Amino acid sequence: MSDHQEAAVHHVHRDDLGAKMGMWLFLFTEVLLFGGMFLVYAVYRYQYPDQFHFAAMELNTTVGTLNTIILLTSSLTVALSIDALQKGNKFLSMMMLVITILFAVMFMVNKYFEWSTKFSHGIYPGSPELLNKPNGQILFFGLYYIMTGLHGLHVLIGMAVLFFMLVFIAKDKVTPDNYVKLENSGLYWHLVDLIWIFLFPLFYLIQ
Amino acid sequence: MSGNDKHQHHSGYGTYIIVWLALLAFTSITVTIAGVNLGRYTLFIALLIAAVKSGLVINIFMHIKFEEKIFKAFIALSGFTLIIIFLLTFFDYIYR
Repeated sequence: MSDHQEAAVHHVHRDDLGAKMGMWLFLFTEVLLFGGMFLVYAVYRYQYPDQFHFAAMELNTTVGTLNTIILLTSSLTVALSIDALQKGNKFLSMMMLVITILFAVMFMVNKYFEWSTKFSHGIYPGSPELLNKPNGQILFFGLYYIMTGLHGLHVLIGMAVLFFMLVFIAKDKVTPDNYVKLENSGLYWHLVDLIWIFLFPLFYLIQ
Repeated sequence: MSGNDKHQHHSGYGTYIIVWLALLAFTSITVTIAGVNLGRYTLFIALLIAAVKSGLVINIFMHIKFEEKIFKAFIALSGFTLIIIFLLTFFDYIYR
C-alpha cells in the first residue's frame, strides 16, 4: 500500500517536508546562539592572543581528541540508524540508537572527569586561583566553561531525544513509512557534532 | 509523498562509513598540524579543516546534498548572516 492510499484510508495528516523545514529553522537559531559565543571568543582571542595560548596549555588535548572521535562516531551511528529504518531493518536501527546513546554517555563521562580535574586544580568560574590570573586567561576559562557547558547540555538533551526515538521505534510510532521524527532527532545530533568540530580546535589545539 | 520517496536511498551504509573515515582522518591531520609551528597560519588551517569536516557532515550525514533547494538556501543564508556579523564586529573593533 502506498503512502498516498494509506493516508486516504486512515485520514493521516502529515507534512514531512514542513516538519524538516521547521527543524532546520530551529537549528539556525542554535547556530546563531553559538555564533554569538564564537564571536565573543574571536574578539577576545584577537585582543589577548598570548594569554589564550598560555591558558589553553592547561586543557588536555588527549581527552579533547577522544571526545571528538566519540562524537564523530556517534554521528555515524545515528545516520546508520535512520538508513536502517528506511530500509525496514527495525532491529539494526534500534541497536544503532543504543550505541549512539552509549557514545553520548562516554562523552559526558569524559567531560565530567575533565571538569573535575580542572576544579581540583582550583580553576572554575570565580575561583580565587583563577581570579589571580591575568584578564585574558580569566576570559579564556570563562568562555571554555560556558561554551563546552552549553554544548554538554545539548549532548544531554540529544541523549533524551534519542532515547524517546528508541521508545517510539519499539512501539512502532516511528516506522519505515513514518520516520521524520527520527530524521529530525538525527539532525539535532549532527548539529551537536558540528559545534564540537569548531570547539575542539579553538580550545584544545592552541599550541 | 512520492516526492519524498525519491530522496530516500541515495546514501548507503558504505557512503556513511567512508565519510566517517574521512572525518577521522581530518581529525588526526588537525591534531598533528597543531603540534607543528606554522605561526599565523595555524589558526587558519585549523578552521579550514573544521570547515571541510562541517561540509561533509552537513552534505552527507545531514542529507543536504539530496534535499530540496530551499534547504540549501536556508544554510547559505544563515552562513552569510554569521559572516556579516563577524565582519562588521571586527571592522568596528579593529578600526575603532
